[in-house]
Amino acid sequence: MVIVSKKVPVREQDPKVRATNFDEVCLGYSKEEAMQEAERCLNCKNPKCVSGCPVSIDIPGFIQEVKNGNIEQASKIIGEASALPAVCGRVCPQESQCEGKCIVGIKNEPVSIGKLERFVADWARENNIKPERPAKTNGHKVAVIGSGPSGLTCAGDLAKMGYEVTIFEALHEPGGVLVYGIPEFRLPKAGVVAPEIDNVKALGVEIETDVVIGKSITIDELLEEEGFEAVFIGSGAGLPMFMGIPGENANGVFSANEYLTRNNLMKAFDSKYATPIITGKKVAVVGGGNVAMDAARTALRLGAEVHVVYRRSESELPARVEEVHHAKEEGVIFDLLTNPVEILVDDNGWVKGMKCIRMELGEPDESGRRRPVEIAGSEFELELDTVIMSLGTSPNPLISSTTKGLDVNKRKCIIADETLGKTSKEGVYAGGDAVTGAATVILAMGAGRAGAKGIHEFLSSK
Amino acid sequence: MFEIVNARELTNNIYLMDVKAPRVAKSCEPGQFVIVIMDETGERVPLTICDYDRKAGTVTIVFQTIGASTQMMAKLKKGDSFKDFVGPLGCASELIEEDIESLKNKKILFVAGGVGTAPVYPQVKWLKEHGIDADVIVGAKTKDMLILEDEMRKAAGNLYITTDDGSYERKGMVTEVIKDLVQNQGIKYDCCIAIGPMIMMKFVCLLTKELDLPTIVSLNPIMVDGTGMCGACRVTVGDEVKFACVDGPEFDGHLVNFDEAMKRQQMYKSEEGREILKLQEGDTHHGGCGHCGGEK
Ligand SMILES: Cc1cc2nc3c(=O)[nH]c(=O)nc-3n(C[C@H](O)[C@H](O)[C@H](O)COP(=O)(O)OP(=O)(O)OC[C@H]3O[C@@H](n4cnc5c(N)ncnc54)[C@H](O)[C@@H]3O)c2cc1C
Ligand SMILES: Cc1cc2nc3c(=O)[nH]c(=O)nc-3n(C[C@H](O)[C@H](O)[C@H](O)COP(=O)(O)OP(=O)(O)OC[C@H]3O[C@@H](n4cnc5c(N)ncnc54)[C@H](O)[C@@H]3O)c2cc1C
Ligand code: SF4
Ligand code: SF4
Ligand code: FES
Ligand SMILES: [Mg+2]
Repeated sequence: MVIVSKKVPVREQDPKVRATNFDEVCLGYSKEEAMQEAERCLNCKNPKCVSGCPVSIDIPGFIQEVKNGNIEQASKIIGEASALPAVCGRVCPQESQCEGKCIVGIKNEPVSIGKLERFVADWARENNIKPERPAKTNGHKVAVIGSGPSGLTCAGDLAKMGYEVTIFEALHEPGGVLVYGIPEFRLPKAGVVAPEIDNVKALGVEIETDVVIGKSITIDELLEEEGFEAVFIGSGAGLPMFMGIPGENANGVFSANEYLTRNNLMKAFDSKYATPIITGKKVAVVGGGNVAMDAARTALRLGAEVHVVYRRSESELPARVEEVHHAKEEGVIFDLLTNPVEILVDDNGWVKGMKCIRMELGEPDESGRRRPVEIAGSEFELELDTVIMSLGTSPNPLISSTTKGLDVNKRKCIIADETLGKTSKEGVYAGGDAVTGAATVILAMGAGRAGAKGIHEFLSSK
Repeated sequence: MFEIVNARELTNNIYLMDVKAPRVAKSCEPGQFVIVIMDETGERVPLTICDYDRKAGTVTIVFQTIGASTQMMAKLKKGDSFKDFVGPLGCASELIEEDIESLKNKKILFVAGGVGTAPVYPQVKWLKEHGIDADVIVGAKTKDMLILEDEMRKAAGNLYITTDDGSYERKGMVTEVIKDLVQNQGIKYDCCIAIGPMIMMKFVCLLTKELDLPTIVSLNPIMVDGTGMCGACRVTVGDEVKFACVDGPEFDGHLVNFDEAMKRQQMYKSEEGREILKLQEGDTHHGGCGHCGGEK
């Protein structure tokens, strides 16, 4: 059999046009295109791709169904392993997961697993295929904290097993980072995220928004006073870091979380909403991860000239390759091997520029990446009016500091076992970014699944 | 939805509402705040908890209309609802964490400015309920702007009211009253809690630093989530950067960088101006602000 060497290309909005709107960049496959791409899969006996997927979707299984045009069956296969396929098909770092392991990828482009998954999930939604609600609950109540991918997955799995699950969410909309962090142009909220959350609700899961665990009520109170027999913590890693350089509190300096929350959750880009946002004429985004790309492309769409300032070189950028590629196509400028040392502030307290220093790559550090070192005397100034700090996030101590007997490590991450999500406190399970620190959607989902299994074992043995 | 069970205008442009929010009412303490969202397109508005009734499951908020969101909120009536009402947020006032017996030996002075009277009230009331009489200075622009006078009279030890224009009781700034009490009358206070406009808290702190009177202030920087997730609320206290929504909102006033905090509060001034324009012009708003794209 001859393999077509390249993936079936996916249609995208023209970069010039999309740089001015918040509509989705990638338009996805049609059924014909999906069936054609599915032909490229070898249906391996020992599929390497599956080992690259943290929730072990039966990839050859669903792709064979796509090949034969049985999309509904394909969606059932995916549904057995993943609660949020339309999300993962869009945002998983496939190049380092499923597609990174695909056998076809050794000599040619790997099978476009993500785009196929997305096609199947979108098709299922458009054709109103919904998961079935269990006939009857088992009467056991479980609380899930946080409605990001880990919480939604854990809740969905438990509901399928018959548990009565309530998700408590601090913000006014469920979805976690899927709603407040990842922008509309990568992951449409009303079109894609909301229906996936509705699918979880359709399983009988209740979602109570506006409840901050640790403030509105504690985990101990949930267990002792509200009749919950177990708790899953999927509270994410939402606390933004700053650099600690002079001028960082000037007007016009934001965390990526603030900038993205104003725009995504609070819809500042839509004039119907009351949320203000500083649009900026010339913006620097400091950092090189997915979050930095999202902030940069958001600022660009709001009309600014945008520079990504990153201290290593292009090959070390932690962001997904596709995001970097899209950002470049849209006109984001990359100032690599550059590190900020001071934010320059005008008399009224507003940012007027940023003093940076050039870097070069030295010896590899613990992460295996070459360590950036300053080039002495290479300071220079960038003229700017807005700076967005995207240096990473860590877990919020709100929960760990208000829960008796819940151990955390020195990075404030909750300590939990990987296979069952068990924490140091009986009946309390945890997973996702709250445990690992900022990671990925699919790893959070895997951890939610593990937590559901752990809770089920715990409650069935009681 | 969170039902408004009672709504009244306290005075010109200052409104009080009791809102049904059982989870908040059950766990809140003086010093904490809530965030409310009016409707689908509303912003997140932080407001101090002014009182609460654990049995009835209600929380009292008092707000002044300044911009678009508060003006729209002012139109809500008894029976209407807020789309969201989340809390309690922030830390409880340090006073209530302290040992009651040691508190009883302390002479406490509250300084309230304008709508800041509302967040001072629950603390004074809480002390009263625990057998402690605190002195309270309330400052208002004019007599018409004075709020919660009767309530405060019941809860406070000595109540000193001052108006900027002299239209009621004393005339002048709250700082003059502090000077009078401490320097002229020789009253020795152990601590001072000042809540009001940033500029008032700044001048109170400059004075109490001179007087060597430890002072707590409650900061109201711009906030978004109120849970430590965005950093919009960062303030410099001593040589540390704090997030007011989780580390505060109360801080040691002698360590707060007020000048920075006041600049940060103005960050969205022109954006807010546009929102007001939109609100005033209603359906006739067709751009011109260069922002919403209405002119395209
Ligand atoms: C801008 C951005 C872009 C990203 N892009 C990608 C990408 O392209 N691909 C990818 O795989 N990953 C991406 N990630 C990472 C990914 O989104 C996260 O790893 C994932 O969302 C973690 O899921 P989670 O369920 O652990 O937590 P979260 O999604 O963070 O959800 C946690 C939820 O818990 C709530 N919560 C927190 N504390 C409390 C409390 N005390 N009480 C009640 N509720 C609480 C929060 O409000 C939140 O809704 C991105 C992250 C960001 C910020
Ligand atoms: C912890 C805290 C407690 C507060 N308690 C009270 C209270 O009890 N009563 C009261 O009347 N006001 C209180 N405020 C201030 C109140 O939140 C603002 O007046 C309100 O958000 C203004 O919104 P607006 O749209 O009507 O006005 P805008 O025109 O948008 O803003 C007017 C001014 O209000 C401030 N402001 C605007 N948006 C925010 C925001 N999201 N967060 C904080 N400040 C903002 C800014 O200084 C701004 O210049 C408190 C603020 C904080 C942070
Ligand atoms: S969930 Fe993610 S890793 Fe797994 S198959 Fe889908 S895209 Fe690949
Ligand atoms: S490794 Fe590649 S070719 Fe093999 S089953 Fe997986 S997707 Fe198909
Ligand atoms: S308001 Fe977002 S961190 Fe304080
Ligand atoms: Mg406003």
